Amino acid sequence: MILELKGVTKKFGGVTAINNTTFTVNSKEIYGLIGPNGAGKTTMFNIITGNYQATDGEVVFRSEKLNGLKPHTIVRKGIARTFQNIRLFKTMSVMDNVLIGFDFQANYTYFESIFRFPRFFGEEKRIRKRAIEILDYFGIAEFAEHKATDLSYGQQRKVEIARALATNPAMLLLDEPAAGMNPAETKELAHLIRTAREDFDLTVLLIEHDMKFVNQLCDKVLVLDYGKTIFEGKPSDAIKDKEVVAAYLGDFAHD
Amino acid sequence: MNIVIRKDQWINLAIIASALWFIWFASTHFDEYTVRILNNIAIFTILAVSYNLINGVTGQFSLEPNGFVAIGAYVTALLLLDADAKDYQFDIESPYPWVLGLQANFVWALFFAGTFSSLLALTLSFPVFRVRGDYLAIVTLGFGFIIRILAINNPEITNGSLGLNDIPEFSNLYWTGGIAILAVWGILNIVNSKYGRAMKAVRDDEDAAIAMGVNTFKIKTFAFCTSAFLEGVGGGLLAALLTSISPDLFTFFFTFQLLIIIVLGGLGSTTGAVIGTVLVIGGAEWMRFLDEPMNFGLFVTPAMPGMRMVVFSLILIFVMLFAREGIMGKRELKDLFKKGKK
Repeated sequence: MILELKGVTKKFGGVTAINNTTFTVNSKEIYGLIGPNGAGKTTMFNIITGNYQATDGEVVFRSEKLNGLKPHTIVRKGIARTFQNIRLFKTMSVMDNVLIGFDFQANYTYFESIFRFPRFFGEEKRIRKRAIEILDYFGIAEFAEHKATDLSYGQQRKVEIARALATNPAMLLLDEPAAGMNPAETKELAHLIRTAREDFDLTVLLIEHDMKFVNQLCDKVLVLDYGKTIFEGKPSDAIKDKEVVAAYLGDFAHD
Repeated sequence: MNIVIRKDQWINLAIIASALWFIWFASTHFDEYTVRILNNIAIFTILAVSYNLINGVTGQFSLEPNGFVAIGAYVTALLLLDADAKDYQFDIESPYPWVLGLQANFVWALFFAGTFSSLLALTLSFPVFRVRGDYLAIVTLGFGFIIRILAINNPEITNGSLGLNDIPEFSNLYWTGGIAILAVWGILNIVNSKYGRAMKAVRDDEDAAIAMGVNTFKIKTFAFCTSAFLEGVGGGLLAALLTSISPDLFTFFFTFQLLIIIVLGGLGSTTGAVIGTVLVIGGAEWMRFLDEPMNFGLFVTPAMPGMRMVVFSLILIFVMLFAREGIMGKRELKDLFKKGKK
């Protein structure tokens, strides 16, 4: 067990976005968070990453409580994320985008960088080498010096995941990674996530609408509907579940 | 990879060496007027590259330079003037005893000027960088006004609107040029480090920067305090160059001029800030002939004071129309030599 949410509730004014949700994600699991639009999936992400504070309940990561911590502190504890709409640093090269992920891992001070102390060169060399390794893993090392936004959509998605992995996370949160991708790209992405889990020792929590993608990839899913948990279990069982079908397609039973 | 870094370093050394040679050549061969302009260019280079760090590189719109330059100038002036000179020129009120006691040599005076400015910047950053948005611009704009009003209304320290005069003229091209080289070198070192990358990341997308574990509050504070430090030092150099300072020197127009420089050069480019300084400060001198009567052969125009500002604004409008990102955009000198890559 790596991440545990205990009775998490989030209210925006009078609207309850998440209502008393409890679930646990085990180590090295690929866990899917699904549900119709407005179900509270992204809100859930924002609570885990510390962008929102939960109104009630606890978020526990590696038996440490995350409530009240600053978002950048949570990243340093090992939770990295990607965004629903790709958010690369648009004036920077692919390399620099990935190097930002190493920001807190490069050990030199501001003073040392101004006066170019030896430690600066050593640390820069070290993180550059690791950045190239990650880019190589994703097959985009040849674009290292290109501007990140000049790449194709699929490649930009890879840069974003590479950048998240640069923070050396134990857990990766992917917000609709397959959105806007064609079936071939989606398939490649699913393969990439699965191999990255082994190679980087990752636990993955992802939000996705593409049920085929979820079916292929996820070990377990949680279905949310208007902030309420309506199903937790295997993805293949989820599509057979009456309540899940009702949430997605409308409730036929009462018609 | 290693060879590239070495080559870069050689180029940098060559640039620094030729700049140093130029400083020596200019101070021994050029006339006083030209040296004066070069001094101005050197000081404004320091101010422009440091202003560009917070405004262009970190993307936090700020209007602080006049406030910090004023502080730097006053601190330096008070430290350089000896007790007799202060006692003699304080006409409005007699100075506080501790004001008379302030005394330091030029290097320490500049250092204190910078340190004092950056400490003030640090106190400002706590309320300002806790929230996002354009608060920084409003707060720093107000800060500039407050500093000016404090300078006018505390004649026991600043000699009020009469200002401080007879400041020893320590600034020469070796000081201004030397510190300008150090400032550009230091700023470029920051920009090409993890701190510079984080600053650019904050500019491009603050949320994404946070999601990468960047402490954005810290990064913004670093950029702001560094700017303030160099602006304080630049103010000190200015005071020791002009030999007399008064609150009227540090109005919002001062900041505005720097803003023009960095926008013209390309927001976010240190090379651009240097080019912008040379064009604006040097160009403003060169265009002085526009203020004078002109003979076009067919007709003669009378002297029109302020004509050069009109032409200047026109040039600025054209730059903004045809090169919206400024002359250099976000590129640096080294990017111009890269082939086939953007």
